[in-house]
Amino acid sequence: MTYREIFTNGLWKQNTGLVVLLGLCPLLAVSNTVVNAIGLGLATTLTLVFSNLAVSLARPALRPEIRIPAYVIIIASVVTVLQLLMQAWFHDLYLVLGIFIPLIVTNCAIIGRAESFASRNRPLPSIVDGLATGLGFCLALVALGALREIIGKGTLMSHASLMFGAWGESLQLTVIPDHPGFLLAILPPGAFIGLGLLIAGRNWLDARLAQNRQALQLESTPHET
Amino acid sequence: MRSMLRSAAALGLVALTGTALLAGVDFMTADRIAAQERRVVLEQLGQIVPQASDDSLLDDKITVKDERFFPNGQQVTIWRARDHGKPLAAILKFNAVNGYNGDITLLAGINANGSLRGVRVISHKETPGLGDAIEVEKSSWVLGFSGKSLENPARERWSVKREGGEFDQFTGATITPRAVVHAVRLALEYFEMHQEVLFAAPAETSGSSGQ
Repeated sequence: MTYREIFTNGLWKQNTGLVVLLGLCPLLAVSNTVVNAIGLGLATTLTLVFSNLAVSLARPALRPEIRIPAYVIIIASVVTVLQLLMQAWFHDLYLVLGIFIPLIVTNCAIIGRAESFASRNRPLPSIVDGLATGLGFCLALVALGALREIIGKGTLMSHASLMFGAWGESLQLTVIPDHPGFLLAILPPGAFIGLGLLIAGRNWLDARLAQNRQALQLESTPHET
Repeated sequence: MRSMLRSAAALGLVALTGTALLAGVDFMTADRIAAQERRVVLEQLGQIVPQASDDSLLDDKITVKDERFFPNGQQVTIWRARDHGKPLAAILKFNAVNGYNGDITLLAGINANGSLRGVRVISHKETPGLGDAIEVEKSSWVLGFSGKSLENPARERWSVKREGGEFDQFTGATITPRAVVHAVRLALEYFEMHQEVLFAAPAETSGSSGQ
């Protein structure tokens, strides 16, 4: 598999959030603002990169009968390290994301990539796969977060100071001035409806791309006379 | 048999590596995390007692339990602010338990004369857009507590307006502000009864401050 294929798989064809639908719990729960979405998305991406790397390195020692417990230990260690680092350096964001940081452990997408990719590939492709899968998940999270934040609060990037410190204040955009707020988008039902819309949108785009490709192919085939 | 042993050794090695990594990172970050946690508490206390910026307030604290005033077995932390050794104010951290959705954690500063210095909401799970107007970032409602005491308004008026009390409710949300008002009133009553004991009790050593 080429790196290009790994990236198109992670970001589009096999997107964890929109196609494979793994890790829905954090996806739905933390996507109420863009900043929360970026925070959890990046933490998940880092976890994927390091757990894939570790699994790939440990590959020669991981016999089939111990591979699952080994994945669990590796992933739990990586997540706990990230949690400690975040507590130390991004404390306010950590307080907001709270329980969803340790819960990254239970995101099946991570053990999924360990089993289906990292345990069968060399370290470098495994890192790239972790990065691509993580960015794909992050993208889905941010898209859903932006959708819900704009509709629900009329803003984008509110509370950016949690992640970027004082200068983050200037990142906040008011998309809809004097928006009275649309509660449904912020509450859990908004997450489900928003995710449904995103999946529908992705499928629609995919179908159109396939159609265009077909049309191109038809044109380029030489006509028999 | 040999292959089983080899598997066990491999798994043990993975676990050992993970543990070593965690121990190392914990060692590196422990001080910084403790400092961050102190900063967060200090920022919260500072909203009520601005002169709390000196660290002494943080360590001058006790923990109490009293089911009559703080139900559901809560551990209530009380920080004591002093002015040259004289009691100035106490800051209580407690939960309002009958909110709309779970506990509402509150911080209430009470002056030595029994009047409120201020109330802040530390955390809650009330409905966004309705009950969350108790947050100082969302509305000024919670600032209305400043200066109030058990005499002002009178005890029986310590409720929301819908129940004939003194405090505003929000449009579409009565339960949340009512829970906060009742919990603050109970805290004031607790302070009134125990004030002298509270300030006389020896401070907890910081070693036992773990959660």
